[in-house]
Amino acid sequence: MALALQTFSTVKDADAALKSAGTRYLGGGTLVVRAANEGDVSVSGLVRSTDPALSAIAVSRGKVRIGASVTMAEIARHPELGTLAKAARAVGGPAIRNMATVGGNLFAPAPYGDFAVALLALDATVGTDEGETPIETFLAGRDDSRAIVTSVSFTKADSFRFLKVSRVKPKGVAVLSIAVVLEQAGDGTVSSARIALGCMADRPMRAKAAEKALLGRTLDPHGIAAALAAATKGTAPITDPIASAWYRAEVLPVHLGRLLLS
Amino acid sequence: MAKVPVQFTLNGSEKAEFIDSGTTLLNALRDKIGDTSPKGGCHQGTCGACSVIIDGELRLSCLMLAETCNGATITTTSGLAVGGVLHPLQRAFLDTFATQCGFCTPGMIMAAKVLLDHTPNPSREDVVEALSGNICRCTGYEPIIRAVLAAARANPQNAA
Ligand SMILES: Cc1cc2nc3c(=O)[nH]c(=O)nc-3n(C[C@H](O)[C@H](O)[C@H](O)COP(=O)(O)OP(=O)(O)OC[C@H]3O[C@@H](n4cnc5c(N)ncnc54)[C@H](O)[C@@H]3O)c2cc1C
Ligand code: FES
Ligand code: FES
Repeated sequence: MALALQTFSTVKDADAALKSAGTRYLGGGTLVVRAANEGDVSVSGLVRSTDPALSAIAVSRGKVRIGASVTMAEIARHPELGTLAKAARAVGGPAIRNMATVGGNLFAPAPYGDFAVALLALDATVGTDEGETPIETFLAGRDDSRAIVTSVSFTKADSFRFLKVSRVKPKGVAVLSIAVVLEQAGDGTVSSARIALGCMADRPMRAKAAEKALLGRTLDPHGIAAALAAATKGTAPITDPIASAWYRAEVLPVHLGRLLLS
Repeated sequence: MAKVPVQFTLNGSEKAEFIDSGTTLLNALRDKIGDTSPKGGCHQGTCGACSVIIDGELRLSCLMLAETCNGATITTTSGLAVGGVLHPLQRAFLDTFATQCGFCTPGMIMAAKVLLDHTPNPSREDVVEALSGNICRCTGYEPIIRAVLAAARANPQNAA
């Protein structure tokens, strides 16, 4: 089925066009054009904006702003985003990475959304023409969100760690993904922790019980035991052809443990 | 459905067509322009048979709308042979039995071409990574990996 596409040079005009029923924003199209190809009749029109700000990456004094139309491939090869490259490279194969945008990844349902998991651990904010929203609030309300996402912003964290577990190598849909940002005090104990999980709910979520259980502990098998025991608290993993909810819950503590000790 | 103009360079020649808005690049290439080298395997982004090179980057033509390619330079496998002489990748695919039913071959060759354009002397791991978005149901992949490595070796610039 063919869909009418409307292209606007400004986000404001595209935002206005997105108000009509049945229209969706077109990022890289890897999910929305696929849905249309599969016969999803809820999509009758597409809207996009070619505003160059949507394709810009700005890094200054540790602060990063990535335009919503920036692709995973562009992030993976950006010289100043080295720590994030692993999460960007985790998305799809080479052709998908040349198309998949940051904006689209924020809306990707599990098992997708690996990059959004990384952004959640980094405590990013999501920008629209109306202002900035913390990523957690954004993800919770994304189903009703009608405004075009223009950017994501965050502070670089050297302690950022990311792991995607998949069955097919080197490219495969996630069994689960985990991103962690930790701060440690002088004595090595954890002073703050953000742990984000993919595939453990319908969208990326925080492992808040595990985060709390890490505080004041050291990163050794004994120190992380309580966090691993609490890792699945509050999760509602998806079941799909890759893995069952039961399996995902069983293996999460194992992989979280490996990432924390890596 | 409103018709929209599309204009791009395909394998070195200018193309201009009026198409239905929302037509995928794959359908525009095959049904309007008559280049049937990109194949429609899944129309879901999973098989890679529709891979083409747009402005030097590998893309899936089944998930792109043709009208977003205005002004682009597009390469497909049908544009690789020059004057009836096969491209080294095409030659290597034939020589190493890397093509059986042939359905995946044009997509594989596009993915391999992008790799060799950027990395003329790839490792086996580079080849596996570059082909990771392309599915083949016939060969078991080994002959394809061998073909890409053989094409790289055949490049005179790589002669030690
Ligand atoms: C074969 C295949 C493999 C994949 N593998 C992975 C994987 O390993 N990991 C992973 O995370 N994902 C994967 N994906 C899913 C997808 O490619 C990515 O999640 C991608 O980042 C989605 O971005 P997009 O720009 O293509 O989204 P689109 O398809 O353009 O859009 C997706 C949704 O988000 C909305 N949207 C997009 N941009 C904006 C914006 N700026 N403002 C408001 N709304 C917007 C659209 O309206 C649509 O509803 C895969 C997809 C395929 C087809
Ligand atoms: S037809 Fe495009 S990836 Fe299968
Ligand atoms: S040769 Fe038949 S699918 Fe690859």
